[in-house]
Amino acid sequence: MTWNIDYDRPIWIQLVEQLQVALISGELNPGDAVPSVRDLAADAQVNINTMQRALAELESRGLLVPKDNRWRASGRAVTEDRSLIDEIKLNYARSILEDFTQKMRSLGLDDGEIVSKVAEYLSKTRSKGE
Amino acid sequence: MQNNDSFLNTSAASADIPLLECRNLCKSYGALPVLYNWNITIAKGRIVGLLGPNGSGKTTLIKLINGLLTPTSGEVLICGNPPGVESKKVISYLSDKDALDSGMRVEDTINLYSDFFEDFSEERMYGMLKRLSIDPMTKIGTLSKGNREKVRLILTMSREAKLYVLDEPIGGVDPAARDYILDTIIKNYSPESSILLSTHLISDVERILDDVIFVSNGQIMFADAADNIRAQGKSVDQLFRETYRF
Repeated sequence: MTWNIDYDRPIWIQLVEQLQVALISGELNPGDAVPSVRDLAADAQVNINTMQRALAELESRGLLVPKDNRWRASGRAVTEDRSLIDEIKLNYARSILEDFTQKMRSLGLDDGEIVSKVAEYLSKTRSKGE
Repeated sequence: MQNNDSFLNTSAASADIPLLECRNLCKSYGALPVLYNWNITIAKGRIVGLLGPNGSGKTTLIKLINGLLTPTSGEVLICGNPPGVESKKVISYLSDKDALDSGMRVEDTINLYSDFFEDFSEERMYGMLKRLSIDPMTKIGTLSKGNREKVRLILTMSREAKLYVLDEPIGGVDPAARDYILDTIIKNYSPESSILLSTHLISDVERILDDVIFVSNGQIMFADAADNIRAQGKSVDQLFRETYRF
């Protein structure tokens, strides 16, 4: 995974956000085993306690579930419940939309203009894609 | 902690005894005070940064922990014991001075450590050397500065100690070597042990720290969990710069 960590916000919160993006984008699929805390921490170059805290948070939100594994009590897997993942996907989309709308309004565009700009942009990029 | 009760059964209470405890620790060199009334407790499973400018007392504390200096007053306890034979069994110490013999081969230093410390893991050591592509037959004196620092660090981290005390582990090495050293520290982390590392290069180490202790002019200015500092919208580095502004 690619990690992008700023030092002016709690690191564990940023890990939660970035792991959620991995779930939404399908980098981690429902039912997949999650790499060990140690491996994830080494990958993100953060302290193991910090990664542990992020995983525990995702577990408490139900996005990760303890994996039935006799030997490694700390094993986790991605939830099979797609509705939970869809829910965070929608929340994530909403926050991008809020951010976008706020920026467009601060440029002085009214709502009608924003809608028509979006429609115009979508149709342009669609025709390019074809 | 009540482990100052001399009758306390240490084996039964070992779960509650901090790995490191400093109580009202003071150190003066003659009339010059260098540590003034330090109280520090380090529990298991933490990576703690001892941060401060040069001359703030970091190395003095580390020498007190390792029994290289004796306190003027107050005490240092490692797993409930004062510095001595017992504490040296459980502390793995990376000193600020390079004491490796340039005439020895890397392999000789490994044998030396292996003879000296019963918790030294040759397997771990050779594994890390291999990943660094350092030949064990190389003479210490012919290693580059960065590789020599890495060898010193992995010798320290190859012990299965309780408390790792690292004095300026990322001192004079380049950013890539720095990353390697920090990775090594993270990878060898165990929930049963803790790491105390001193540095003034805060932005480089802050991502791996659980807790920070800011020291200045022989006094502890501030101690907190690193994420508590960030919850106030500041990086540890920013807070450090604000605390130590001239």
